[in-house]
Amino acid sequence: MPEPLLEVQDLRVSFRTRRGVARAVDGLSFSLQPGEVLGVVGESGSGKSVSMMSMLKLIRDPNCTVEGSARFRGQDLIAMNDNELRQLRGRDISMIFQDPMTSLTPVYTVGWHIAEQLGAHTRVSKATGRARAIELLEEVGIPDPARRVDDYPHQFSGGMRQRAVIAMGLANNPSLLIADEPTTALDVTTQAQVLDLLRRLRREHGSSIILITHDMGVVSQLADRVLVMYAGRAVEEGAKTDVFHDPQHPYTWGLLGSVPRARAPRVRRLPAIPGSPASALTAPAGCAFAPRCAHRHGLCDEQPPLVGGAHSDACWLPRDSRRDLHLTAVQVER
Amino acid sequence: MTPEVERGEVLLRATDVTKHFAVGGVSLRPRSARPVVHAVEGVSLQVRRGETLGVVGESGCGKSTLGRCLVRLTELTAGRVELAGQDITHLSRRQLRPVRRNVQLVFQDPYASLNPRRRIGDIIAEPLQLHGSGTPAQVRAEVGELLERVGLSTSHVDRYPHEFSGGQRQRVGIARALAMNPMLIVADEPVSALDVSIQAQVLNLFADLQDDLGLTYVFIAHDLGVVRHVSDRIAVMYLGELVEVADADPLYDAPAHPYSEALLSAAPEIDDGTEQVQRERIVLTGDVPNPVDKPTGCPFHPRCPYAQERCVIERPPLAEVAPGRFTACHFPLITATGEPAAHAMAQR
Amino acid sequence: MLGFAVKRSASAVLVLFSLSVLVFLIFFATPGVDPAARIAGRNADQATLMQVRQEFGLDRPLPVRYGLMMEHLFVQRDLTSFVNRGVKVIPQITQAVPVTLSLVVGAAVIWMVVGIAMGVGAAAWQGRAADPIIVLLGVVGVSMPVYWLGEVVNLLTQSRLHGSVFSWVPALGYVKLTDDPAQWALHLLFPWLTLAALYAGIYARVLRSEMLSALDEDYVRTARAKGVSERRILIRHALRCSLIPVVSLFGLDFGALVGGSALLTEVVFGLPGVGRLTYEALQNLDLPVILGTVIYAAFFVVLANAVVDMLYALLDPRVRRA
Repeated sequence: MPEPLLEVQDLRVSFRTRRGVARAVDGLSFSLQPGEVLGVVGESGSGKSVSMMSMLKLIRDPNCTVEGSARFRGQDLIAMNDNELRQLRGRDISMIFQDPMTSLTPVYTVGWHIAEQLGAHTRVSKATGRARAIELLEEVGIPDPARRVDDYPHQFSGGMRQRAVIAMGLANNPSLLIADEPTTALDVTTQAQVLDLLRRLRREHGSSIILITHDMGVVSQLADRVLVMYAGRAVEEGAKTDVFHDPQHPYTWGLLGSVPRARAPRVRRLPAIPGSPASALTAPAGCAFAPRCAHRHGLCDEQPPLVGGAHSDACWLPRDSRRDLHLTAVQVER
Repeated sequence: MTPEVERGEVLLRATDVTKHFAVGGVSLRPRSARPVVHAVEGVSLQVRRGETLGVVGESGCGKSTLGRCLVRLTELTAGRVELAGQDITHLSRRQLRPVRRNVQLVFQDPYASLNPRRRIGDIIAEPLQLHGSGTPAQVRAEVGELLERVGLSTSHVDRYPHEFSGGQRQRVGIARALAMNPMLIVADEPVSALDVSIQAQVLNLFADLQDDLGLTYVFIAHDLGVVRHVSDRIAVMYLGELVEVADADPLYDAPAHPYSEALLSAAPEIDDGTEQVQRERIVLTGDVPNPVDKPTGCPFHPRCPYAQERCVIERPPLAEVAPGRFTACHFPLITATGEPAAHAMAQR
Repeated sequence: MLGFAVKRSASAVLVLFSLSVLVFLIFFATPGVDPAARIAGRNADQATLMQVRQEFGLDRPLPVRYGLMMEHLFVQRDLTSFVNRGVKVIPQITQAVPVTLSLVVGAAVIWMVVGIAMGVGAAAWQGRAADPIIVLLGVVGVSMPVYWLGEVVNLLTQSRLHGSVFSWVPALGYVKLTDDPAQWALHLLFPWLTLAALYAGIYARVLRSEMLSALDEDYVRTARAKGVSERRILIRHALRCSLIPVVSLFGLDFGALVGGSALLTEVVFGLPGVGRLTYEALQNLDLPVILGTVIYAAFFVVLANAVVDMLYALLDPRVRRA
C-alpha cells in the first residue's frame, strides 16, 4: 500500500458558545490516497465543511479549538502554525467553495485573482502571470480566454465563474483539491459541465480530490471512495460501489432512501428518517444517530467505533444481519 | 361563490400567459426599444382537480414567475387564467379576496417567508382572521388542528420562527396555506432549501395532505428526481416557454424535447446496483441563457445538439406529437406512438 | 462608463437649475415680504429702494426677475451688498474660497490618514486591547463639538499656555499660501487638527465596521485558502472593498464643508472663509450675500454628489453599466 497522501486521526473541532461547548467534529479519522477522489457526504451539522476548513486553519473564530492530527505527506497540519500552513495553502492543498458569486473579490479581474494565486508562492512577472491565467482559463473550457481574463467576476455566469475558481485552485498544481459543495449553487446542466471538468482535470493533473457535498448523485458520479458523516463523526466509509450497493449503516440506508430517484419505480411515500439531523450542540453521548434509528437497542447508549477495514461503519448491529435489515426497511415503505 | 368542480375536471386553466418585465431605470429610448425580460412567453396549460402538475426548469426559465402569475401575485402582461371556470385575470384586489381562499402559495425559503417578529400561532391564524372565520376560540382551535396536521404540536403555538429548524418552518408555511382550505396549492421550490432527510419528510407530508384533503398541486422545482416523485404530469420550461408537457413516467422514459433529454441526462443519478442501463450522457455547451436576449426561432437552438436551419428561423409551437405528449420541437425525439425516434441519442 | 458620466452630469445640471429657482423663490416670492426692503438692508432710503426695484426688475413678471437675478449673479457679476455699501458679492465669495479650501483640504488629509489607520488597526486587532481603545478615542473625537474644542484650543494656545508651551502659535487669522507657506501652515495647524478630530472619529468607526464585515466575507476566505498573507488580505482585499462606501461618504462631507459647513471652525479661529462670510451675512441679514453663498454652497454639494457617484462607479466595477 503506498503512503497515503492525507491521514486524519481523531480530528476534533469544538466551539465555545454561550450555550456550552459545541463539538462540530467529534473524532473523525480517514485517509486519502494519491490520485483518489473521496466524496464526503452529510447534511447540516455533519461537520463535513468544518473538518476540512479546520485542517487548513481557515476557521478564524478565536473560540474554536482543533485537536487531533492530519498528516499531509507525513507533516501534521494541525501542529503547524499559520505561517507554515500558508506555504501549503494554494500550492500543495487548494480549497474551493460553494458560492462562486461571493468567492472572488469583486473589484479585481479574474486574471488578477489567478495571478495572485500564482504570485502567492512564486515570483511571477505581470506578463507571465497574465499568460498563465489565459492558459488556465482555456484549460477549464472558458471561451475567448484572452478577452475574458480582463473581465470582472460579476461579468461571468455562475458556471463560468466556478470554472475560473477551479482554474485558480489548480494554478499551482496542488496534489490535493478540496471542493466544498462546488456545484450546489449551479443549475443541473451547468453542474454536469463542472463535474465533467473535474473528472477531466483529475485525469490530467493526477490530483486527489476531497469532494464535500450533500448530493448523493454527485458522489455516485465522481467519487472513488465515500465517507458518510453524521453529527461530526464518520458513520460509514468505503469504496463507492461498496457503500452504494451494500450500505451498512442505518443512516446511509435512510439517506439513500430519502432521495427520490428519477429512474427507479415511483413510490407514493419515501422512506424518510424521522426527526432532524443532530447538531453539534444536541449530539447525545453514545451513537449520535440512535434517537432517529429504527433499529436502536441497548448497546447504542455507547458510541460505536468505526470498524470494518476497507468498508467500515460505526454501528452496533451485527454485521451479518445488516443486509436483511436494510431490505426489510426498504420493503416496508414500498 | 366558486362553482362546484367535479373530480377530474379542469381546475386551473392558463391560456397564453405572458409576463414581460421592463429592464433598467429611467431611459431616454422610446418604449419599444427598451430591453425587456421575456420572463414567461405564451404558456398554456391545464391542471385537473386532484392531480399534481410539476413545473421544472433551470434558473431564468420563468417557472417562479409563472407560479406567481397563476396565483395573481403578479399582473399578467397578456393571457388568461381561469380558476374553477372563473376568469381571474383582471379581477380587482377586492374581487380577488374570495378567490384567494381557494388558491394558496407555499414559498421556497423557510427562513424568509415567515415574519420573524410574529409567533407562529399568529402567522397561521392571520388568514383565518382576515376572512372572518369565527370567534378567537374557534380560530385558536383551528390553528391547533392545522399544526397537528402538518406534524407539529399545539405547544408550538407561542414560539417564534427562529426557534424552529428549516423543515419545521416549512411545515408552518404549509399550515398557513392550508388554513383557508384551498382547492389549489402552488408550491414554489418548497423543498430546495432543506436537508435531504427533511426533504423526504416534507414530500411525504405533501403526499399525505393530498390524499386526505383532495388537494391539487402545481409543484415548481428544479430537482428532476423530486419533480418526478410528486408529479402526475410535468411541464418543462426553457427561457419562459413551455417546451414539453407529458405524464411523468413517459417523460422520463422517453423525453420528446432535446432540452428535456439533456436535463434528464445531466441529473446525477445514484448508482446503487439496481439500475440496468445508464442513460447516455449529454453535456450541453454554453451557459443557461439570459432571458433578455432571446434567440430567434426556437429558444433552445443555440445549444441543441439536433438543431437544423429551420430551428433558427421558425419558432416551433407546442403540439401533440403522441397521445398525451406535447412538445415544442420541429424534430421531436419520439414517434407518434411514444417510442424513441431513430435520431435520439439517449439509449434506453 | 462614459454614458454613465454624461447622464450623471446632465442630472446634476438639472438639480442645480432647480435649486437656483428654489432659492430665488424663497427670497423673492415669499408672500407678504417686500424683497426690495430685504435686499436694500435695514434703514434704506427711498432712493435706494427705487434703485433696487429697478435693478432687480421687481415690477416685472417672475421669470424675468429670475432671469435678471441670474444675470446679475453670473454674467455681470456686479451684484453688490447693500449692507457693506457697494462691495460686490461675487468677489467676496471668490476671495473667501481659497481660505475655506485650505482649511478643508488640510483637515481632510489629516482625518483620512488618521481615520483609516484607526479603522484598519481596530479591525486587525479586533478582540485585543487595541480595538476598544481605538473605538473610544473615536467616540471622544466625535463627541466634542467643534466650537467648544476650538475655543478650548484657543484658550490654551492663545492665552493660558501662550507664554510657555505654545509660544510658537501665531495669533488667530489667515496668511495666504502664496505669501508665506510656512506661516500659512502654522496658522492653519490648530484649525486643521480641531476639524479633523471630529471627522477622524466618524471615519474610524465607519471603516472599522466595514472592515469587520469585509473580513467575514467569502472572498477573504478564498484569499486565505490561496495562501495569501494576512497583511495583503487586510489591505488589498478587505480595505480595498471597505473604502468604497467610505470614499462616497468622504465626497459628501468634503463637498458640504467646502460649501460652508466649516462655519464654526472658521469663526472660532478667525479665518475669513466662506463659512464666516455666511455667518456674518446672516447676522446682518445681508440678502445679496446670503443669496450668493447659498447658491455657492448648493453648487458644491451637488457637484460633490455627482463626483462621488462617478467615483463610486470607478471604484466598484459592478456599478458600471454600458
